[in-house]
Amino acid sequence: MSGHHNETFITKYIFSQDHKMIAKQFLITGMIMAILGMLMSAVFRVQLANPGESSILYNLLPGGWVNELGALSPDKYLALVTMHGTILVFWVLTAGLSGTFANFLIPLQIGARDMASGFLNMLSYWFFFIATVILVWSIYVEGGPASGGWTIYPPLSALPQAIPGSGTGMTLWLISITLFVVGSLLGGLNYIVTILNLRTKGMSMQRLPLTVWALLVTAILGVLSFPVLLSCGLLLVFDRSFGTSFYLSDIVVNGEVLHHLGGSPILFEHLFWFLGHPEVYIILLPALGIISEVISVNARKPIFGYKAMVASILVIGFLSFIVWGHHMFMTGMNPFLGSVFTFTTLLIAIPSAVKVFNYLATLWRANIRFTPAMLFAIAGVSAFITGGLTGLILGDSALDINVHDTYFVVGHFHIVMGLSAIYGMLAGVYHWFPKMYGKMMNKNLGYVHFWGTFICAYGVFFPMHFLGLAGLPRRYYENTAFPMFDGLTDINSIITFFALSGAVVQVIFLFNFIYSIFKGTKTVQNPWKSNTLEWTTPIERIHGNWPGDLPSVHRWAYDYSKPGAEEDFILQTVPLKEGEKEEH
Amino acid sequence: MTNILIALVVLLAIVTLVQLTRVSELLGELKKQDVNEVTDEDNKTQGFLMLIIGMGFLVFVIWQMIEWNHLLLPEAASVHGQEIDVLMRFSMTLILVVFFIVTPMLFYFSYRYRGNKQNTAYFLVHNNKLEFIWTIIPTIVLTGVIIFGLKTWDKAMNVDTSDSQEIEVFVKQFQWLARFPGEDNILGKSNFQLITPTNVLGIDEEDLNAEDDKIVREVHLVVNEPVVLKFRSQDVIHSAFLPHFRVQMNCVPGLSTQFAFTPTKTTAQMKKEEGEDFEYVLLCNKICGAAHYNMQMRFVVETQEEYDLWLAKQKTISDKLLTQK
Ligand code: HEM
Ligand SMILES: [Cu+2]
Ligand SMILES: [Cu+2]
Repeated sequence: MSGHHNETFITKYIFSQDHKMIAKQFLITGMIMAILGMLMSAVFRVQLANPGESSILYNLLPGGWVNELGALSPDKYLALVTMHGTILVFWVLTAGLSGTFANFLIPLQIGARDMASGFLNMLSYWFFFIATVILVWSIYVEGGPASGGWTIYPPLSALPQAIPGSGTGMTLWLISITLFVVGSLLGGLNYIVTILNLRTKGMSMQRLPLTVWALLVTAILGVLSFPVLLSCGLLLVFDRSFGTSFYLSDIVVNGEVLHHLGGSPILFEHLFWFLGHPEVYIILLPALGIISEVISVNARKPIFGYKAMVASILVIGFLSFIVWGHHMFMTGMNPFLGSVFTFTTLLIAIPSAVKVFNYLATLWRANIRFTPAMLFAIAGVSAFITGGLTGLILGDSALDINVHDTYFVVGHFHIVMGLSAIYGMLAGVYHWFPKMYGKMMNKNLGYVHFWGTFICAYGVFFPMHFLGLAGLPRRYYENTAFPMFDGLTDINSIITFFALSGAVVQVIFLFNFIYSIFKGTKTVQNPWKSNTLEWTTPIERIHGNWPGDLPSVHRWAYDYSKPGAEEDFILQTVPLKEGEKEEH
Repeated sequence: MTNILIALVVLLAIVTLVQLTRVSELLGELKKQDVNEVTDEDNKTQGFLMLIIGMGFLVFVIWQMIEWNHLLLPEAASVHGQEIDVLMRFSMTLILVVFFIVTPMLFYFSYRYRGNKQNTAYFLVHNNKLEFIWTIIPTIVLTGVIIFGLKTWDKAMNVDTSDSQEIEVFVKQFQWLARFPGEDNILGKSNFQLITPTNVLGIDEEDLNAEDDKIVREVHLVVNEPVVLKFRSQDVIHSAFLPHFRVQMNCVPGLSTQFAFTPTKTTAQMKKEEGEDFEYVLLCNKICGAAHYNMQMRFVVETQEEYDLWLAKQKTISDKLLTQK
């Protein structure tokens, strides 16, 4: 463990096997992709507010995406939507979120010197990195990138004749996702093994911080569901390149009768959503874990109902595997099957409600310290409430008939999965920045960033529910062809206004992040007066985390404001006093 | 030129940010305090903002509900659709009530329990009774929601179609077509391998049942008469969405799907209620290619007499074959 004194630039910053450095690599890559994904949404929001007009933003696009009149071309609109969804779901909120915080927090919070296998961990990042390069490259190929939606349903995604993006762009998408999945499997296995085997003395499962619990369940979900996506994609590759008919049948395209017989696109949907639904919890759970931790630390109060929180994470994780059919109510599936999926889906509301009430009970009679991280954590709970409730509409098959694939869905998932998870991620960055870089982020800029983001985000996504209830389908380039949507122009302009403002507000964050790395004020060892083990390591990054022996743990992570203690926090390493009872 | 200007503005904004941040941090150093430490003053400001902006969000929601209410879809124009509307009103009321209780609690608690150096938080680890209550109440409410939902679903989906008028809805990139079965009320056979520029639906012209079938670009329905739409797609997945009837079903190549319903209001009646421009339309609601946003087919609901007149004017397949020869 001590043979790392002769680190070169390359082993320290590039091919590093140190979990803290790998975490930062994931974070920076995720942030760059987030900027890209957000710019894409800015571009297509401009098109939606001013359909068919040109805009200076279009100068950012590759040549040929804009027609003679300067307007965005319709199939490139779909390309942008597809890339935006892919990037935000997989790159930012799966790799960017789990990759960063699982790598960073697991060893530090369980008291381990590093991940079980530093080498696999490094490979996991480099697979992800190559996947990133290929995905970005695919934007520039002939025909453009994949354009069939992030869900890449065949036959659209299988037939280049049906949309240009299903040519080279789609091939690269599939290669990229394959590498991505390999990377996340390597990472996920490592996280699970590390949590189960490398906990330091005294760190029983019942003493784990909720972040680690959430990351553990997330990793298990990933390991069980990503391989299904891989096989799902593989069969699509066969259909595309080797003439098989897993997903294709009875097709005539461009006047050409295709030979495929007997396949079913619905099979693809089952396989895809078998990953796809757990995926939304792969996104959400780490964010909820971070939110739990940040709320408890800054409320100066134990998280309410720790055991119930762990139980609800486990129940949500389990249920997430038996609800995928709610994405397919309108595929003509047997109505009885639809009933079963409605039943299982609506059950998820129970553990979710328990989580929300536990957060409220944690805030009740707290002594809240409003760090920027805390603001984002509270906003995350708000988004979880707002978006979770509309899930009750979408999960109900009878109601889904009329809102399926409309903007109501876009509003719902952006709030419950997009906002909660982005807020959780930002809370995590503000909270653990001092540990990552040894510097503090500027507090006031954090406040401005938070309020700007909070206001703009609801301004973007709440109105979308009304578009959906007016019947507007998603993935529409414009809605001028239908007189029934003429009244929606105002809503579209409002959304675009908030979307562009919200994007500009993120510049403040970006600036704060970079500025603080280089010029930020120095941090103290435990700036938030937190109980968990990461704050017992030295401020300077060292390989192996603790200079001497590993710490041993004597209590759970949430002894805040415990009566009888001198201070309002007690590190997990402090032994119980004579006669002191351990709480759970 | 504009590009340069914009770049300049962005540059200026960044320079300003840098300077402001430096100034605030230098001031902090002068006053010998850490600018990034959260003070009681900060807690007060942020707590107030939580309350005000949090409530502002609720006001914004109410404003939208009032301001945009008229844009929402009118009441359902079909039998099962009205049941769905009842369920929708029930569920919406439920989630709005919960939303308007829980969200204010979150922002109010944030404000009420804003920190202060003198205070300490109340050490509360868990409370079995409370946790039991808030597990059991959602469970009971959800049981109700699930039962209500499944009943409505069952009524919408499990329809006896033996007396329904059958109509085939055919879709391809980027057009809808429909086929009426004619006098015999039987749709002639079809096969995708027969599709040609002249036989766009791939109808088996040898099949006698096909002779009187009628291919149309606009669907007419008789008010209060049950129909069953049979969907067929030629290329990729599309989705037939008739929002005013609360009807939606995917059209999948290689798979036949259907949706049965009974329209309850004529187009004329809707025009009176919703304005002269009103039309029932079929939209595509599954991403299917570049012109996905621009696929529509008009639906007209009318009386039996009007319908008979319209149908009589449509050419049968054998008429068309004759004129071709
Ligand atoms: C930066 C602010 C964002 C804006 C303005 C925005 C806007 C939009 C809009 C308007 C659409 C629908 C376009 C259409 O259906 O035609 C969309 C699609 C989507 N967005 Fe976002 N979004 C943002 C952030 C996010 C985040 C944080 C996530 C992460 C979950 C996300 C994930 C998605 C996904 C998965 C889709 C669906 C893509 C598809 O239809 O294939 N977006 N976004
Ligand atoms: Cu799902
Ligand atoms: Cu379409």
